Amino acid sequence: MAGKTARFLLGKLLRMLSLLLAACLLSFFLLSLSPIDPVEAYVGASVTVSEQQREEIAAHWGLDQPPAERFGLWLSSIAKGDLGTSLLYRRPVLDVIGERFLASLWLMGIAWIFSGLIGLGLGILAGRREGSLWDKGIRGFCLLLSSTPTFWVGMVLLLIFAVWLGWFPVGLSVPIGVLEQDVTLFDRLSHVILPALTLSLAGMAPIALHTREKLIAINRSDYMLYARARGEGEWTALRRHGLRNLALPAVTLQFASFAELFGGSVLAEQVFSYPGLGRAATEAGLNGDLPLLLGIVLFSTLFVFIGNSIADLLTFFIDPRIRRAKRGGI
Amino acid sequence: MENQTLLTIEDLSVQFVSAGIRTTALSGLSLTAKEGEILAVVGASGAGKSLLAHAVLGLLPKNAQVTGRMTYKGQVLNEKTLPRLRGKEITLIPQSVTYLDPLMPVGRQVYYPMNKQEGRAKTAALFEEYGLSPEVMKKYPFELSGGMTRRVLFSAAVLSGAKLLLADEPTPGLSRETARHVLRHLRAFAKEGRAVLLITHDLDLAVECADRVAVLYAGTLLETAPACDFAADGAALRHPYSQSLWNALPQNGFHPVTGNMPSPGERVESCPFAPRCPKKTALCREKPVPLRPLRGGTVRCIHAT
Ligand code: SF4
Repeated sequence: MAGKTARFLLGKLLRMLSLLLAACLLSFFLLSLSPIDPVEAYVGASVTVSEQQREEIAAHWGLDQPPAERFGLWLSSIAKGDLGTSLLYRRPVLDVIGERFLASLWLMGIAWIFSGLIGLGLGILAGRREGSLWDKGIRGFCLLLSSTPTFWVGMVLLLIFAVWLGWFPVGLSVPIGVLEQDVTLFDRLSHVILPALTLSLAGMAPIALHTREKLIAINRSDYMLYARARGEGEWTALRRHGLRNLALPAVTLQFASFAELFGGSVLAEQVFSYPGLGRAATEAGLNGDLPLLLGIVLFSTLFVFIGNSIADLLTFFIDPRIRRAKRGGI
Repeated sequence: MENQTLLTIEDLSVQFVSAGIRTTALSGLSLTAKEGEILAVVGASGAGKSLLAHAVLGLLPKNAQVTGRMTYKGQVLNEKTLPRLRGKEITLIPQSVTYLDPLMPVGRQVYYPMNKQEGRAKTAALFEEYGLSPEVMKKYPFELSGGMTRRVLFSAAVLSGAKLLLADEPTPGLSRETARHVLRHLRAFAKEGRAVLLITHDLDLAVECADRVAVLYAGTLLETAPACDFAADGAALRHPYSQSLWNALPQNGFHPVTGNMPSPGERVESCPFAPRCPKKTALCREKPVPLRPLRGGTVRCIHAT
């Protein structure tokens, strides 16, 4: 067991390193094709910067070197933990990412928990009685949700709850003109609720539909029949055998959804001008802030990878069929 | 003392309604099972054997309509009484490993209806009795062999203390040797005063181990006979189908039964065996053939003597 676990973890680590390297290569290649000139983006419209100074800046960033060497340079500084300085914020990329990610973490965390719990709940409600009114209603709702773009959902929520009803602020993550230390938890929550709701609505449908399918399959399964034959009531059987068999794929799916979560947060943050990592990505892209953009690409790759790894790990440790399968000897 | 009748089934019919179409899966089935006996229910696949067990337990799918009367120790089986009886008085011994929860160690699956400490000790004792090593307690269903699965399921049945055991196809996939072993366990259950309903497609094994044999065909019962009537050329049997089934066995000449069993959609009012029956007359097609008692058994054939 210990040997197998170690091998599993080592394999994960190697895969992570190679994935990050590939992500570096690909994003560097893509950005080198980008029409945005980083020096131009950096100095902006300022006329006081002479041609001479521009070349110096370019040389300072190593832009006068051939691409392969630039890549090597960039890679070696990343390896040392230096992601460079954001052109837009004039601060180290890591600091910007750290700060923005914290804001996004609130948003994504709340959305993630909501979508997981509500999705699971709706899925159970729908799957318990296949073909019932509940089932039809919930399935319709989920199909509608998954065919609606996130930013559109965001705008509708914004319109209804912030503009018409005025229950929530229209944007940002904290009230304007309030000092950092005076921002209350309530302020933060009221700012995060709408974007989080938008994001969780997007993530809920797959979980609910998946849970529904799974529950229907479980209810038809031989082991549920046997549990009932042994005198278990419907709920006891569901709790004792259903939930475990239901939760495993649901939890796995939920952790594997980090990519969708991050992708959705880019859109949701844009709609609500919520200053998180997603919005930073948009800004960096639009303003040619290459170091920041590359940093975010790497960071989000890592983020998604961690989610997927947790999903694998959970399956590995919870599901005995996988944990023990390769050990041989039945 | 006369052995008490545990299960009585009178005129049981099961129909499925799906998309407005009604199909009859079981009809006019009457049976009894007594303490201390093994009643084998024999039939080809599709004859409705497993459904019978599920019907007794009240665990048919929701679109099933059940008519007729079933009693356990004189108590009518219905939604009110069954929840109290399932797993305590009546239990199922299912047919395969898929009936075990794939994510729960088998030891726990055997004892979970009981409190943990007592249950675990008793399960360990039972496992030992059945020749299962203590490590099996911690194994997951996918790690069990066919024979081990059987023994685990038997342990669960014994532990439940149920008096009526519905054993659904306990032998397929096992070697003849292991199958006989399994049936010996069933015999032991009966000796301890339980009633065993052995559902099987294997007439040979059924005759070898059961006290009485009920022959199911196209969802209905054609005959019940003492197991000893299945002997020689089958002349003691009451129904032409039982006779041909018996004579189709390799050791009895291998005479195949020609034709096919009607499927649930095409079942007729008159004798269901008529299309394949060598003894049919014009009379057989006229009206439904009732099940009637005959020579210590029952038969559904107007010409049986
Ligand atoms: S009733 Fe007629 S057709 Fe049916 S089994 Fe008897 S003899 Fe054959």
